[in-house]
Amino acid sequence: MRLVCPVCGERDRREFYYQGAALAQPEGEEWGPHWDDYLHNRDNPAGVTRDMWQHEQGCGAWLIVTRDTVSHTVLRCDLAVGARA
Amino acid sequence: MRVEDKGLIDRDRPVVFHFDGREYQGFAGDTLASALLANDVRMVARSFKYHRPRGVMTAGSEEPNALVTLGLGAAQEPNLRATTVELHEGLWARSQNRWPTLGLDLLAVNDLFAPVLGAGFYYKTFMWPRAFWERIYEPVIRRAAGLGALSGDPAQDRYERAFAHCDLLVIGGGPAGLMAARAAAKAGADVILAEEDTRLGGRLLAESEEVDGVPAVAWVEEIVAELAAMPNVRIMTRMAVTGAYDQGTYGALERLAPEVADRAHAPKGAFWRIVAKRTVLAAGALERPVTFAGNDRPGVMMAGAVRAYLNRWGVVPGRSTVVFGNNDSAHRTAADLQEAGVHVAALVDSRHYARCDLDVAFYPGAQVCGTAGRRGLEAVTIATAKGETRIAAECLAVSGGWNPSVHLACHMGARPVWDADRLAFLPPEGAVPGQRAAGAAAGEFSTRACLESGLAEGLRAASDLGLKVPKMSVPSAGDAAYDIFPLWQVPGKGRAWLDFQNDVTVKDVELAARENFRSVEHMKRYTTQGMAPDQGKNSNVNALAVLADATGRGIPETGTTTFRPPYVPVPIAAMGAGAKGKGFAPERLTTSHAESVARGAPMIEAGLWYRPSYFPRKRERTWRQSCDREVTMVRGSVGICDVSTLGKIDIQGPDAARFLDFVYTNTFSTLREGRVRYGLMLREDGHVMDDGTCARLGEQHYLMTTTTAAAGQVMRHLEFVAQVLRPGWDLRMVSVTEQWAQFAVAGTQARDLLNGLLDEPIDDAGFPFMGCGPVSVGGVAGRLFRISFSGEHAYEIAVPARYGAALFKELVAGAEAMGGGAYGMEALNVLRIEKGFITHAEIHGRVTAHDIGMQGMMSGKKEFIGKPAASRVGLLDPERERLVGLKPVGAVKELLPGAHLFDEGAEAVSANDQGYITSACYSPTLGHVIGQAFLRRGPERIGERVRMVDHLRGSETVCEVTGVVQYDPDGGRLRG
Amino acid sequence: MVELQAQSPGAGLLPIVIGDLRLNEVAPERMTSLAPYNGQAEALSEAMQAAHGMAWPVPGRMTGRNGARAMWFGRETALLIGPEPDTGLTAHAALSDQSDAWAVLVLEGPGAADVLARLCPLDLRDHVFKRGHVARTEVAHMAGAIARMGADNWRIMVFRSMAGTLIHEAETAMRRVAARRNSTGEGADIARDLP
Repeated sequence: MRLVCPVCGERDRREFYYQGAALAQPEGEEWGPHWDDYLHNRDNPAGVTRDMWQHEQGCGAWLIVTRDTVSHTVLRCDLAVGARA
Repeated sequence: MRVEDKGLIDRDRPVVFHFDGREYQGFAGDTLASALLANDVRMVARSFKYHRPRGVMTAGSEEPNALVTLGLGAAQEPNLRATTVELHEGLWARSQNRWPTLGLDLLAVNDLFAPVLGAGFYYKTFMWPRAFWERIYEPVIRRAAGLGALSGDPAQDRYERAFAHCDLLVIGGGPAGLMAARAAAKAGADVILAEEDTRLGGRLLAESEEVDGVPAVAWVEEIVAELAAMPNVRIMTRMAVTGAYDQGTYGALERLAPEVADRAHAPKGAFWRIVAKRTVLAAGALERPVTFAGNDRPGVMMAGAVRAYLNRWGVVPGRSTVVFGNNDSAHRTAADLQEAGVHVAALVDSRHYARCDLDVAFYPGAQVCGTAGRRGLEAVTIATAKGETRIAAECLAVSGGWNPSVHLACHMGARPVWDADRLAFLPPEGAVPGQRAAGAAAGEFSTRACLESGLAEGLRAASDLGLKVPKMSVPSAGDAAYDIFPLWQVPGKGRAWLDFQNDVTVKDVELAARENFRSVEHMKRYTTQGMAPDQGKNSNVNALAVLADATGRGIPETGTTTFRPPYVPVPIAAMGAGAKGKGFAPERLTTSHAESVARGAPMIEAGLWYRPSYFPRKRERTWRQSCDREVTMVRGSVGICDVSTLGKIDIQGPDAARFLDFVYTNTFSTLREGRVRYGLMLREDGHVMDDGTCARLGEQHYLMTTTTAAAGQVMRHLEFVAQVLRPGWDLRMVSVTEQWAQFAVAGTQARDLLNGLLDEPIDDAGFPFMGCGPVSVGGVAGRLFRISFSGEHAYEIAVPARYGAALFKELVAGAEAMGGGAYGMEALNVLRIEKGFITHAEIHGRVTAHDIGMQGMMSGKKEFIGKPAASRVGLLDPERERLVGLKPVGAVKELLPGAHLFDEGAEAVSANDQGYITSACYSPTLGHVIGQAFLRRGPERIGERVRMVDHLRGSETVCEVTGVVQYDPDGGRLRG
Repeated sequence: MVELQAQSPGAGLLPIVIGDLRLNEVAPERMTSLAPYNGQAEALSEAMQAAHGMAWPVPGRMTGRNGARAMWFGRETALLIGPEPDTGLTAHAALSDQSDAWAVLVLEGPGAADVLARLCPLDLRDHVFKRGHVARTEVAHMAGAIARMGADNWRIMVFRSMAGTLIHEAETAMRRVAARRNSTGEGADIARDLP
């Protein structure tokens, strides 16, 4: 698998760290169902999904990767900075 | 036997080799299979289950029968296909799955029991008694049925891994592959041409035909020379592309030529990861057998393979041959044999309309229905409209048609597409992005069509790559249409083999269908058809046809099983190349490593780091003696410990303070410059991530330390916070872990020791407890932190890493002069348990700040990561297991980490579980064993007794619950 | 006053010479990481130009020359290699001394790229990865960097503590590349000099 890092260009998967679903962190200090959704509840879609990756062994940038879990096509790879999930 | 004046072997270079202990001679350019056939060795193996005699059947990597073992001892390599083993001097090969010898195999008795050994036999027979399966049935069956064996010795890791990149990967160097590579290369593409054979040419090496008006082999040589001269072409022979993966990545197994692999330090092979923008799959096609009774006898071979042995290696497998087929391949074989002067006893063509110009006994509309011969073929029975005829022959060349090698087009989940005209599965288009098939792999079966489609796909790839496409023409070559008439199995009595490698017959597949294993995937697993090393290359289509027939469906409705990598067997050693020893886990060594080893310290792994366990001295016979002495040393004088492995992160910028307030539970914006504070970090889910100290070096400059174990995770987390959660904040961070060598100087005499080394002495006013600042050692600028992980008056001194080794020696020498010395991880652990400090044994991922008694560090005045989740009621429940100290009071004075705690008098079962021990040690300071544990309502139970039970190690004792800090709870020594 | 002797990351392990391939250590140079604060990239570049004669490098590139070079070193980060950083830079960027944090090795000789192909997954073909290019990447399972200084001259960087592992892995790859190439096996001879 290969990802196109917006900073470094196309790189092998082994340079990247996979974190999980790209979701917006809820606002506020109150615990609630929105936090539960953010931390725990996942859709596991067959199709397009957005996840957080870090180009950890490369430039260090956090990325939002949009990909298709069925065809394995990587549709987009964006810098997380400035692209709030 | 050999045929004069034929073949591409080097008759001036004879090669001596051994098979089953006997010496034979072949020639350079031979494979083991061609050399054995040249020496009239017809039986080369015993079959998997029935131990039937088997001979060479094909001339390629798909070979199902001729599996051999090469080498001895740890170098022993089983299940190599004799058809791909290059003959070389000193080759020592053995047959497999026979006992005691190939000729006299006692397990051949299995064949007599064949009527009861059909598919599902094991499942139905060895049901009772249940316990017998593991102890008796399975071992016996495994010994009787099998392939080659590994030596059992550790493998000699002589494979390497490598990466390659190209614009166009051409898989297969036959006519289509050569044309594709040449076309794209001429357009300027960077091309890798991968061919699993030892030389390029593919099927052209095996045929007697002309291309572009010259013999095909001469044409190949010309093209190869042209390609070899182009700097943008990389020819990689002996390279089997094994799998197609995401985004144009391919796996490939390279086997080095024996003479190269034999050199000192040379690898035996390499596993490549090739990344290609475009791929032309020109993997060719494999000829499939026809299923008839007795079709597995040595001497029954593929018609195309017989031509290959004749034309490429100058070998014929028998003095007289019957050729049988349902397409023109059979005619070509008969023609080539006849031209070489080999007797063709009959040409049997199942097509009733077929014609033949050759001067042979021709049987149109006939079929081979049986064979005879004990260890090799002696006669063939053919069924014609007039009845059965028996014809003497040593070789039967069979062609049931051609199966395009669609595997690599199907590795990403797609199924091949049935073509009713060609009676073959074709590659699905677009199933692997960037890949297109050409030549026989795409169902083009004439040489001219292969050349044409190779050229077209090469140009198409070049055009896709944005290159200007050159004008090129297709060389002239044979373009006879492919004519085939369905013939899958010849009806009749007797066993007819589908899967030669796993001994699966037509009856097995029919039985599976009868027992309702009608799905092709179920049939495969029930019969094991297609599950042998050849992965059904020779049997899948025929087995499908039989299943389709048995279930009353067509072939396309029956479908294929899933194609998965690897295309050819890949040794685990090749796949794992580069991932052994240091390649498996890089070694991180501190600057004090050499000195620690020189002092006899056993090194233990801490993540990737190596750290000294203890520093043994004369007359110390156990680790405990050293450890106790080191602890006492720190408590009584001074000890030195390398703490460079802790993560150090330099954080600077206008928002640095705000950032730290956000990532730590406690506040750092209020920390004064030149001061250090202990900090606790939570994950977003409210559990403890890590702890450590953080120093404020300047108004906008902090230095965070992390634990050794979590350094990488914390760095990643901080980047996540800075880039994702709070992207606008103005701060920058960088790891400085490796920039600084840092040593703990701990003990009552720590300051005295430092003052003997520092260029300017320090005092309590300049460096109070939790103070920090710059210092100078021998003119080297360093940093000093008055922090303690031992509970003693202690410092950590940091210098640029190049001076680490020298400073460590100075510190240890100074400490020894004061009655102290170096201490290792064991003593460090004892010191911190005595003092109630925690490590990742305690903050193991499931604990909260509340659990470790640090709820007070969760600031109510600011937001911080993990705050909302940490406020969940369940995480603040007083019934939770919370951190306490323990000391034993029972008869057994032992505490074991991992042991569980129970109320006295309660049964030691999980329902009564009260907690568990995380750390334990013998405290020489206190004179008894101590521990740390998580205990339900722990802090409320100080002074109570609990029972420790270790079910695994069979130990139990009574403990008293104590405070976490068991030594110097007031902290007077820290400040002293 | 004590005198502390400096030790380089690869001390005692280098150089390694196998056939035409040579692995050695770069004499320690001053290395400072520069990370411009928000909106300061241009000002930093100008300050670098004025003080050190080179511009801020774009991703994957190096600027400057031998003795005073800026090497892109990650997202919004560059290494200033050679000079002591001008104090004026601190107005625009976070500076951090990294001189001792990295083992900096030089791999040179014909076929050096073949050795690298056994250590890292980067596309290092001549027309893709040219002189003056640099990449942060994975080198023999370690986080590192690779820079091309010439046709057959490369720098490989990993964290200092892993120098021994890198040297071991590189030596293994060098031996294998040499053995594949040299039919006499002479390439497999090893010469160890003292630095």
